[in-house]
Amino acid sequence: MTTLDTAPQSAPRASFFNDPVIRGIIYQIVVAAVLIAFIVWIVGNTAANLAAQNKTTGFDFLWKTAGFDISFSLLPWSRGSYYWEAFLVGLLNTLLVAFIGIVFATILGFTIGIARLSSNFIVSSIATVYIEVIRNIPLLLQLFFWYFAVLKAMPAVRQSLELPYGSFINQRGIFVPRPMPDEQFGFVWIALAVAVAAVFLLRHWARKRLEATGQRFPVFLTSLVLLIGITAIGWLVSGASVAFDPPVLERFNFRGGLALPPEFVALAFGLTIYTASFIAETVRAGIQSVNHGQTEAAQSLGLKDNDRLRLVIVPQAMRVIIPPLTSQYLNLTKNSSLGAAIGYPELVNVFAGTSLNQTGRAIECIAITMLVYLVLSLATSALMNWYNGRVRLVER
Amino acid sequence: MQKALVSIAVAASLGLGATAANAAILDDVKAKGYVQCGVTGGVPGFSAPDSNNVWTGIEVDFCRAMAAAIFNDAEAVRYTSLTSQERFTALSAGEIDVLSRTTTWTMSRDTQLGISFVGTMFYDGQGFMVREADGIASALDLSGAAVCIESGTTTELNAADYFAANGMDFNTVVFVDQDEVVKAYEDGRCDVYTTDSSALAAERSKFANPAEHIILPEIISKEPLGPVVRAGDSQWFNLARWTYFALLEAEELGVTSANVDEMLGSDNPAIKRLLGVEGDFGTPLGVTKDWAYQIIKTVGNYAETYERNVGPSTPIGLERGLNALWRDGGIQYAPPIR
Repeated sequence: MTTLDTAPQSAPRASFFNDPVIRGIIYQIVVAAVLIAFIVWIVGNTAANLAAQNKTTGFDFLWKTAGFDISFSLLPWSRGSYYWEAFLVGLLNTLLVAFIGIVFATILGFTIGIARLSSNFIVSSIATVYIEVIRNIPLLLQLFFWYFAVLKAMPAVRQSLELPYGSFINQRGIFVPRPMPDEQFGFVWIALAVAVAAVFLLRHWARKRLEATGQRFPVFLTSLVLLIGITAIGWLVSGASVAFDPPVLERFNFRGGLALPPEFVALAFGLTIYTASFIAETVRAGIQSVNHGQTEAAQSLGLKDNDRLRLVIVPQAMRVIIPPLTSQYLNLTKNSSLGAAIGYPELVNVFAGTSLNQTGRAIECIAITMLVYLVLSLATSALMNWYNGRVRLVER
Repeated sequence: MQKALVSIAVAASLGLGATAANAAILDDVKAKGYVQCGVTGGVPGFSAPDSNNVWTGIEVDFCRAMAAAIFNDAEAVRYTSLTSQERFTALSAGEIDVLSRTTTWTMSRDTQLGISFVGTMFYDGQGFMVREADGIASALDLSGAAVCIESGTTTELNAADYFAANGMDFNTVVFVDQDEVVKAYEDGRCDVYTTDSSALAAERSKFANPAEHIILPEIISKEPLGPVVRAGDSQWFNLARWTYFALLEAEELGVTSANVDEMLGSDNPAIKRLLGVEGDFGTPLGVTKDWAYQIIKTVGNYAETYERNVGPSTPIGLERGLNALWRDGGIQYAPPIR
């Protein structure tokens, strides 16, 4: 022990340049200086060149009138709107398709991934063929396929396919009646919020009770009853009603109602199908990574099948699934920019496309667009890391 | 995404490759031995590869004329196919020397993008194409229609203006690539396809059954289409502009590719000046004094390239109209060469 204690002190003093700590700092400073010099040079060079080309630069264009039309927008849009509004419209359209894509790709991916492990030969083969075919064809081709193939298959406007409840489907998209809740409907939302709060309280109470007494409580069924019951009572008591604004066929197309354009459907569908094939493989790998001994151990503890999956297998599988799943979510969000190719007005189409061209501010528009994707990806990543932290095995 | 990548690459090269943009373009072009010409992805009659994969069209002929003036060789041109979105960034980044791609001359483009419009090779206007079966007689019947448009064009803005001015609403479907616009219209996604009326005629000639589509009578905008160069290099700008004027002047003086050799012996002083027999108008442009002779010999005059590419005898079938010479009732007019 004494030798160990004195060793650092008695070691010959290294020369200044051989000290690993000092060396490390010097390397860091050199790298940082080179990087900063590079950035300064490239920014200065760009500015000088832009000035030499007599180009107007700057971000003031964001407050100018756009003057073009955007067909699918979650915000009110007219040709008198500003470029920053065009940016928001594009951003929201990107977020919408990414969100829908992530939800459905997760559901489909988990289903296919589990199907691939099925002992039923037909089910597992179908899943295998799906995965191998879909993930080996470039996404852009798939999008063209879904868009143009589906467009050709759809009926023309005047031969629209009529669906139940006054809905229609044709080459211009899917049209459903728009629900028009009246003023009283606010109470229904309040009732729903109360119900959700009640469910959280119930779950909390049930867990405490389980830990204290070991007695179980049918949380799921009770929650369902609470949700439906409280909302329904709120609706009945307030006397709220919902009118429907149905789509009506006019000379060219349906007017009124809610419309989903085929570009959106094709993009959401293509992204879902494509990403689901990758998620399926991730899920399969995750489940297979849990040692069979864990199942046997859980069984020997006397856990029910449900509890075995919920408390033993899935938490361990999730540990493997979450990190690659995160990157699939990021891929899906970034891949949504391919929507520009099939006419879906997302960020790249509206902002890095039309806006860039009408204003000529290439560097500004591309920089903003890149920044948006970076922020979106970092935010998704942060969320998933937080979730990953929660499901991680606690090492003792 | 591909397009976005190209845009990003171009935007990045804006930062890096600007030395080329500042040097004299003509010297660069002479050093590399060819003119890099930005064209469409294929609009018949304007710029499109033919069955032998040779680029043809009235805009291609402009680039060939410039090459003829510089190198005495109209084939010393290389073509870069660009989308509407990419074209201006490609030009200002120095990827191309001249942009000859159905580009409308507007004030904001001329004054804010660091580019200069050379002249109006083709006076055009925006029109609408619809299916004959829809029974539409006028653009004013189009309220509520779905309209297919190429992104990043004046077309996009004109359509919005026109529908707003007439109190009509419409649905745009905007694609980055012209091919997708046409395909979506053909597949029935849109009721209307709108772009410059000459391009409508050109695209219609490619359809399986052109007779099923009609072009509505309304022309809703002025679309002066012309070649574009980077701003700030007056020598290159002058060469491009006078190449265009030489094409017009040759037509006006009756000099064609067939008779240009005879015309060398003409007594008309204007023809002598044009062909470099009398005086030297080439050297100030940075080329030889027989520059216009070379253009006419290999490419022909304006009328020849018009008739060959978009005239009534071609599938595009466009009358001269505004594009006739001033003395024939049109507005094509070249200042005198003297």
